[in-house]
Amino acid sequence: MKFGAKDVFDLSWKSLLDAYSCTECGRCSTACPANQTGKLLSPRKIMMDTRDRLEAVGKNIKANGEFKDDGKNLLSHITVEELRACTTCNACVEECPVSISPLDIILEMRRALIMEDSNAPQEWNGMFSNIENNFAPWKFSPEDRADWVKG
Amino acid sequence: MNVPIFSEQIASGKTPELLFWVGCAGSFDQRAQKITRAFASILNKLEIDYAILGKEEMCTGDPARRAGNEFMFQMMAYQNIQVLNGYGIKKIVTACPHCFNTLKNEYPELGGTYEVIHHASYLQQLIDEGRIKMKEGGDFSGRKITYHDSCYLGRANDIYEAPRKVLEALDAALVEMKRCKSNGLCCGAGGAQMFKEEEKGTTRINIDRTLEALDTGASVIASACPFCNTMMTDGVKNSNKEEEVQVLDIAELVAASMENE
Repeated sequence: MKFGAKDVFDLSWKSLLDAYSCTECGRCSTACPANQTGKLLSPRKIMMDTRDRLEAVGKNIKANGEFKDDGKNLLSHITVEELRACTTCNACVEECPVSISPLDIILEMRRALIMEDSNAPQEWNGMFSNIENNFAPWKFSPEDRADWVKG
Repeated sequence: MNVPIFSEQIASGKTPELLFWVGCAGSFDQRAQKITRAFASILNKLEIDYAILGKEEMCTGDPARRAGNEFMFQMMAYQNIQVLNGYGIKKIVTACPHCFNTLKNEYPELGGTYEVIHHASYLQQLIDEGRIKMKEGGDFSGRKITYHDSCYLGRANDIYEAPRKVLEALDAALVEMKRCKSNGLCCGAGGAQMFKEEEKGTTRINIDRTLEALDTGASVIASACPFCNTMMTDGVKNSNKEEEVQVLDIAELVAASMENE
């Protein structure tokens, strides 16, 4: 069993068709809060990278009759830093004139990083362990959850 | 303040009509606690038949899911759904758009289906029904207020008008930012960014967004999300404007403007 997406094989057919449908107009990246504040993330590049990888996989299959491991995957195109910059604000999806979703790909790839590789920034690991142990993302005792009524 | 707890209500033979889902920020974050108290004070004043889960409430799992930890999300969701279904809860109101989105849109496929309302819509309803009455010439009457759209209320759930209607009821002068409603810029906290350092960039998202809010000349930045509130408050401090500009939740604005009777 695999979780999330490390490569194009793990994405839904919808996400793959999205990649081919992208007109590269760039409205998503203009609307993206991460992109607009100088982060590495560009939703437009997410779509183009997905398509580039799809193309490479397609050529590989054509040449070999089946897919032969080329030592690469989607993460060879899209870096962890790009994925980590997303606020999941949905602006890229809202803005897209052909209604495709860079966010679906980003979330699937984030899922693979965490679930397959345990690859998370330290603060997120802290947040996970707080949720697991204290049932809240911060380190407070669950016993104090209703203490706000005392204020 | 006196806030009914669901388990105690059930034990005394009562079934509250409405669950007020407080959320982790509303429960533990000192600033957000004030928003929670403001909203609870409105419910108390109107003698709404509600209760909170108290210690039985847990994180919805939203930040875990956005970060990519699907396993933890489902673990939290199943535990919460067990509690909610155990009490036969039908209707939930929450002041957190992240909890709202998760409870409303992501719990049904795991077996938790409820009528979920965000407090913006709930307050608008109470105003429309004439149950919330505003003071004549209240504190915010005539003041310039700008509203910052929460992504999970706006783009994710298409709620743009309700919070604005609430602000109009204050008789305030609503001024819009350049990027608003479906074009609104994120505060920077979503997608579990609240729980980590921002990635390298030229500026922080909340600073960019707050500058846009300050550009409107409003003396109040209204929000309807505890995380947006934190981000915008930090942005205002960064611009050294905390003396002139307040960041307030719509529940706080309403609570401060209601008639006493």
